[in-house]
Amino acid sequence: MCGIAGLIHKGKSSSVGSEMTAMLQALKHRGPDSTGYAVYGEPTEGDYIMRLKVAEAEDMERGRGVHKVIEDRITEVETILAEHGAVIKSKDAPREYSLRYVITHPGDAGEMAAHIEETEGVEILSMGNGLELIKDLGDASVVAAAYGLNDFQGTHGIGHTRMATESDVDIKSAHPYWAFPYNDVSVVHNGQITNYWIMRREMERKGHRFMSNCDSELLAVYTAHNLANGISLEDSLRQSIGEIDGVFTYLVATKDQLGMAKDTMAAKPLVLYESDDLIAMASEEVAIRAILPEEIDTYDPYDEEVRVWQA
Amino acid sequence: MASVSDAELKQMTQDERAKALGMTTEQLTGKSLYVEFDPEAEERFTYPWAPDVDFNKRTEIDTDDMSTTEVNSRIRELMAEGYGTIVLKNPRGKHSLGVGILSKLNLIIEGSTGYFGVGLIDGPNVRITGRVGWSCGENMMSGTILIEKNAGSTFGAAIRGGDLVCRGSVGSRTGIDQKGGTIIVGGDTGALSGFMMQRGRMVVCGNAGKNLGDSMYDGTIYVGGDIKSLGVDAVEAELTDLDKKWLTRKLTQYGLMPDKGVDHFSKVVAGKQLWNYDNLEPSEKKLIL
Repeated sequence: MCGIAGLIHKGKSSSVGSEMTAMLQALKHRGPDSTGYAVYGEPTEGDYIMRLKVAEAEDMERGRGVHKVIEDRITEVETILAEHGAVIKSKDAPREYSLRYVITHPGDAGEMAAHIEETEGVEILSMGNGLELIKDLGDASVVAAAYGLNDFQGTHGIGHTRMATESDVDIKSAHPYWAFPYNDVSVVHNGQITNYWIMRREMERKGHRFMSNCDSELLAVYTAHNLANGISLEDSLRQSIGEIDGVFTYLVATKDQLGMAKDTMAAKPLVLYESDDLIAMASEEVAIRAILPEEIDTYDPYDEEVRVWQA
Repeated sequence: MASVSDAELKQMTQDERAKALGMTTEQLTGKSLYVEFDPEAEERFTYPWAPDVDFNKRTEIDTDDMSTTEVNSRIRELMAEGYGTIVLKNPRGKHSLGVGILSKLNLIIEGSTGYFGVGLIDGPNVRITGRVGWSCGENMMSGTILIEKNAGSTFGAAIRGGDLVCRGSVGSRTGIDQKGGTIIVGGDTGALSGFMMQRGRMVVCGNAGKNLGDSMYDGTIYVGGDIKSLGVDAVEAELTDLDKKWLTRKLTQYGLMPDKGVDHFSKVVAGKQLWNYDNLEPSEKKLIL
């Protein structure tokens, strides 16, 4: 059934990492297979933050050879970065198969990203000036500890706890999805898209790439396509209600915005809390209460409701 | 069926053959199963095994560090000790609090609950000072649930009796499969409210979303505000004096009586044009007739 959560602080940074961990841990029962975060720090103009994976978590159990494969893939990625004139300012590896680079890059980052993904087994999870997209197997406490997320300061974020239904338990099928190659845009989704293949083929004809068979990835690609064509986030969300079939509630975050859309049947849950300085939303109220224990007013958005908030 | 020979069947009309085979092609005319409001009717009963609780004996449970199972077990223990008024503190959106209570009790929940709150109850009076998640009061048989703030979707799904009242607004599919009792919403309700409603009454003081009363079999929905659209086989009916009397009594009882009275309420009932479930399916007709 999956759980989704989002929060946005207006005009200030906060402990978004630990807040998101508390919310996602409260939603663990909705999806114990994997947990993902897309959190937004202060934008670093000129620098790109790139998160990528060079293997799946399950690959690590396939013997010693995997370490050499990973090493080769990392070397290949860094060679491509150099070819495109990118300079690596810092490099971290929270897990052997999961890397974070801060790079400066003068040219077309989308072209470079596409080149990097030509390397077998390599997927860029996110790229942008403020976005940090982390997803891995396990619950929120496991993922937060492995990636040091509880110290993360930022303005907003979205997250997901996944119960795998239509595709595998692996990182490539976990949420959030980055709206490749659109900087700083990420998507989480709870639901099922019934015209997935029709829409996917349409998007593929338009040149977009899909890295998984998870229907939620379509929403990221669809959003990226609309944004690249000058459609505002709010209009894209509204348009999706007519063009995407199925039952869905999904959240989209950009560098400075957080949006939500609910399908025409209002079949998938979302509870909303709004105050002057904080907006929080989740599949269940228990997640909002994890960061706001005091008595607050919350409500369920109705069918076809679309909202966008500014950081 | 064995007593009817093939030769006899051949001599019969289609209707006679269907009846002889134990089936009917009768088109139901829409006779209502609905029981009219009776001010004198008995509304409560208690199970013989119900604990003898004293409403003046009051206690509190701080649920903050307890699981739902622990809270619900503790409620039962306290009822067995004769406590008739139990206050739950710090529920913080926990699911399934107070479910399955089958006897009289004053249950006060100070805060908000998650999914399936106080479902499957038969008798208690429940007051929740916060908000409730999806499916609050699902399948309740009797008693009252009063929610001070908003409620999630499928509010009062399949309730059979009692009063389920939300002073705020509720989500979608309110009263889906309602089989009796009363649902009252002080604010608005979402899409497909009253979907497949079978009996009982629903009152929405605010606006109702699209497809109100879709595929309802019976029952009555009253709406004080705008109705976005009616669902399949839901029709507007005349608001009678008895309706007004009942609405006035119920809304006054819960402090939700509008200043302008109840004359402006719309009444929605089943058109009963979908009542053909006792007919033969086309494939059955081919097979038998």
